[in-house]
Amino acid sequence: MFEDLRDLYQEVIFDHNRNPRNFRVMDNANRQVEGFNPLCGDRLTLFLKIDDHVISDASFQGSGCAISTASVSLMTEIVKGKTEDEAEALFKQFHEMTTGKTEEINLEAIGKLAVLAGVREYPARVKCATLAWHTLDAALKNEAQSISTE
Amino acid sequence: MSTFPIEQIRADFPILGETIRNKPLVYLDNAASCQKPQAVIDSIVHTYSHEYANIHRGVHTLSVRATDKFEGAREKVRAFINAASTKEIIFVRGATEAINLVAQSYGKSQLKAGDEIVISAMEHHANIVPWQMLCQQIGAFLRVAPMNQQGELLFDEFEQLLNAKTKLVAITQMSNALGTINPVEQIIAAAHAKNIPVLLDGAQAIPHMAVDVQALDCDFYVFSGHKIYGPSGTGVLYGKQALLEAMPPYQGGGDMIRQVTFEKTEYAGLPHKFEAGTPAIAEIIGLGAAIDYVTAIGMDKIAAYEAELLDYATQQAEQIKSLNIIGQAAHKGGILSFTLDRIHPHDIGTMLDSLGIAIRAGHHCAMPVMDFYGVPATARASFAMYNTRQEIDVLMQGIKSLIEVFG
Repeated sequence: MFEDLRDLYQEVIFDHNRNPRNFRVMDNANRQVEGFNPLCGDRLTLFLKIDDHVISDASFQGSGCAISTASVSLMTEIVKGKTEDEAEALFKQFHEMTTGKTEEINLEAIGKLAVLAGVREYPARVKCATLAWHTLDAALKNEAQSISTE
Repeated sequence: MSTFPIEQIRADFPILGETIRNKPLVYLDNAASCQKPQAVIDSIVHTYSHEYANIHRGVHTLSVRATDKFEGAREKVRAFINAASTKEIIFVRGATEAINLVAQSYGKSQLKAGDEIVISAMEHHANIVPWQMLCQQIGAFLRVAPMNQQGELLFDEFEQLLNAKTKLVAITQMSNALGTINPVEQIIAAAHAKNIPVLLDGAQAIPHMAVDVQALDCDFYVFSGHKIYGPSGTGVLYGKQALLEAMPPYQGGGDMIRQVTFEKTEYAGLPHKFEAGTPAIAEIIGLGAAIDYVTAIGMDKIAAYEAELLDYATQQAEQIKSLNIIGQAAHKGGILSFTLDRIHPHDIGTMLDSLGIAIRAGHHCAMPVMDFYGVPATARASFAMYNTRQEIDVLMQGIKSLIEVFG
């Protein structure tokens, strides 16, 4: 059963859904943005600590589906230690990968995030994977405190 | 159950033969929209092939034919809900438009600042937002009658909300998110005792039970054609004639006038006063075909069959430990809304889809209901007369399997 879904629900996704990384409130965050997907009710709060243009810490709180939880969990892992520009570049690559704009996935750059490439075959689920990154984008641009995927 | 012609009914719906992701389709998203029988599909093809022209206009033969069929559909709707007159049957695009029409025409002309409109805690957004818009426009207030954890209206609290300022009660006959069937006779009696008119949102109820607007004595009744096996883009507003007569038009345009000069316009009589512009002609004729179809089977038989389906589904669902049924009213229609511990409804939806099972995952256009239960969304299996116990078995097996996969 569910053989067709192996590309979408990879073991890494189940793992991050069961045990989300960096799932905590960050008291000393200097960026905090809410992300909301009104279609499915996914909500997350992203916390960043940015020192001298480098993301020194990232964490989140919230509830969502397995894809969205795994996506934000993986994201907080990968952006730690990256500069703001590097994180922005990653957002663009991730967006292109999940929306199917690029066939070739730059594995070196995208790393573990490649497990989320499967969503491009499921248009109804792309927003689940990209919510975290749109929220990050808003946090980096220091935009308003709430971001919606609609 | 043995007398219910389930095999014949299934054969009448061509889409039920589809395969989805290489599995036979199990369509359990009927509360969102129902599938169409061949009779409705044939009706649309027939209209466009043989009887299509604009209505109420030409003297030519085709226009007369199309007009006869269109007005014939109006008579079918009248008979189906037992309205007193076809003047009381207004064709619109759906239940949503019907409620907006009442809010903007009746509400704006009859209500004033400080007046109150009473709805319930289980309404669809379509029976919330049009009233909020009206309240903002005229300074009226929306009052919300609460429900209990089972998803049943708290009738005493509802009754206490009715006062001298209450000018309208707008309430669903059956909740799309929970399946609750409201005690509408009691609601109407309580409101009428204080001279308050009642609008019933029948969008969800109409395919599941016989409706008699005169017996109910409701003042307005609205429903959508697509939820009763008819084409999308069709809907009905029933209103008592005296109320409709007193209401100003909702939209201006062709077909709703008697005489137009640049100085003034004399409006057409009922029902045309509320039907500006060219309607969904073939679709409304198709709605007539859908009504013929369900009438031939019998609404009471459909209701009995679906009640057995719901009982069976509920029994099966209760055996799954981590499954929580949302909405457990004593009087309920064929809707099984549920959550699974630690598994988000969207994951349930995608997983079941891979097995060919179509359910709805989300807030069901009833965000306040989700807030009440403290969940972001639910998964919802909703049943129609063409569903079977075997399909419910497939659903339950799918749910059990996905619980295993998520671990």
